[in-house]
Order: sequence, then structure tokens, then C-alpha cells
Amino acid sequence: MAFGRSSRTGAMHAVSPVEPLTLKILVAGGFGAGKTTLVSAVSEIRPLRTEETLSEPGAGVDDTGGVEGKSTTTVAMDFGRITLREDLVLYLFGTPGQDRFWFLWDELSQGSLGAVVLADTRRLADCFAAVDYFERRGLPFLVAVNCFDGAERHPVVTIREALDLDPEVPVLLCDARDRESVKDVLVGVVEHAMSLARARRAGLTAGA
Amino acid sequence: MSDPGHENLPDSPPPAGPPAETTGAEPAGGHPHWFDDEAGPVVRPYAMTRGRTRHAAQHRLDLIALVVAEPAADDPVWDLTLSPEHAHILELCRERPQSVAELAAELDLAIGVVRVLIGDLVDDALVHVNRPVPPAELPDESILREVIDGLRAL
Repeated sequence: MAFGRSSRTGAMHAVSPVEPLTLKILVAGGFGAGKTTLVSAVSEIRPLRTEETLSEPGAGVDDTGGVEGKSTTTVAMDFGRITLREDLVLYLFGTPGQDRFWFLWDELSQGSLGAVVLADTRRLADCFAAVDYFERRGLPFLVAVNCFDGAERHPVVTIREALDLDPEVPVLLCDARDRESVKDVLVGVVEHAMSLARARRAGLTAGA
Repeated sequence: MSDPGHENLPDSPPPAGPPAETTGAEPAGGHPHWFDDEAGPVVRPYAMTRGRTRHAAQHRLDLIALVVAEPAADDPVWDLTLSPEHAHILELCRERPQSVAELAAELDLAIGVVRVLIGDLVDDALVHVNRPVPPAELPDESILREVIDGLRAL
């Protein structure tokens, strides 16, 4: 080894770190629906914020007078981490709220297990766009209705109708501040992803 | 070094790159830039990547791709020879493997910038990148079960 002269090397690699498998689940929903709260409720780290610098895609939308070709708008994404096992780590990504940053969703949704659409019954229309997006992409998602204090409790069936959801899309009531409640939501996403994958496989076999 | 006949210009700091004065070997009228025409208009966050917005090795690193330090990264020489940003990434990855998103958050840099910096470290064989499950492919059902069990056990 060309660089093997350091005596630390041996010691460090006696406890060679495992390289975990990483997975991600997206958390979408309108502004103020509680995405960051939900992530905080289960994340082992304070939700971190990353920024993506926009270049061409922002042009024409943002006023970039004097700066031809590139704009430097940044979009923030909050995320959290859950180490399920030493070798299995789940990341939660809150999607950027504004519609015009949806091209970032494409990257976020690539390879993700599924998504939570967090709905606020006072502003149900805010999550139409997210529902639409995941339906079109065929990404497994469920709708978690964040039961804010004081918000009117709507029966699940009313919400399902209002969002015009396919019958197989699960709708859960949750409290985004409550760890147990959020765990149930995340388990729901993975179970839904699993049953969709199973159905898809069965469909392929039947079609062949 | 400096011409003793010249006063130092008080208001202009010395250029970071090569000296502005041409030595005769350089083309008349121009001196080398630290970025080329390909870079387009310079965007400040990309100054520390020397204008590069992509890296041959990066293959559009996923946000949850893990950056793992190679044994060679343990050599303390790197802390002295790398740029502070590269050294910071290396330091974090030596503690434990870090996702691209975590590195970007920790360094407070745009993801695009961090991708380029990681690409440099891959080129230097100081880190390797573990790609997550390929997109459009759900992991094994056994892994999904483990995720469910893990979540319930939290």
C-alpha cells in the first residue's frame, strides 16, 4: 500500500466500519403541513438542511436580470436519519414545498421506497399536486392526515373522496409531533410499497 | 521577487492565481484564468470547485449514496495538502461513512458543489462511493421486512 505508513491505519481498520445499505422515504405536503415536524419526531439527528443551487431550470421563472444563463436560487430540503440497524439506514427527505421546484422531486424520488403525503385538512388542496405527482410516477405513497389541535376531524372517507384517491392508497390519521404515530405512518408506507411490488410481480407473471 | 522600483499597490491584494503581468511566454492580452469558457458565467458557490459544475466520476451521485474513506485517507498528510473543504469531507468520512446529503449539510455547501468535491476525492482514491439500491428497483422484500421491523423496534 502506497500510503500504508501511518500506524493509525492498522488500528482504524481493526474496527472497520460497516458500509450500510441506505434507503429513503419522501415526505411531501403543502407549506406548513408539518413535514419538518414529522421528520424531527423520528430522526436521530436534528433535521439537517441541504441546499441545491439552481442553474438553468430557474431561469425564466426567477427574475435574473443581468445574470444571463444562470441564476443562483437555492432550494432547501430538510432531511433526517434513522439508523435501523448498523447496516441499514433510512433517510427521510422533506420535499421542497414550492411547485416550481418539482424537477428536484425527480431526483429525490429516484430509488426511494415510497412517500408520505402529509395533509392538513384546513388546506387539503395544498397536497393535490403531491398526490398527482406520485400517482403519475407510480411511486408508492400514502396520505397521512396531520391532526392539528383544533382542526376539525374529518372522517377518512371524506378525505379520500376530496383527494380523489385510488382505492388502494392508504389514508391514515396521524400526529406529526408524536414519534409512535410517525412510526406507524412510515411502517404504513413500507407495507404499502411491499404489497404494490407483490401485485406488480403477480401481474407480470400473469401477463407472461 | 517584486521590482524594487515599484511601489506596492495599496488597494489591490496580490492575485490568487498566476501573476497578472505577462512574462512573455503567455499569449498577449490574456492571462490564464482559473476557469475556462466551458464554465459559463461564474456562479459564486462554484468558485471552490474552480468553476466545475460536474465531475467525470460523480455519475450524478444520489443524495443517499454513502461516501466511505479509503485506508489511504488516514494519512495525516492530507489534512495539510487538501483544500479545507476536501479535508473536511475526508475528516467526516473517516469517522463513519457519510451520505452526500449529510456532507452537504455539514459543510453548508450546495449539493452540486459537494458532488464535485467528492469526485475529486474519488479521483485521488481517498474515498469510494457506495451507491444505494438502483433506482426503479425496489429492494428485496426481505429488506423491506427488516425496515418494518426496525421501525417498529425504534
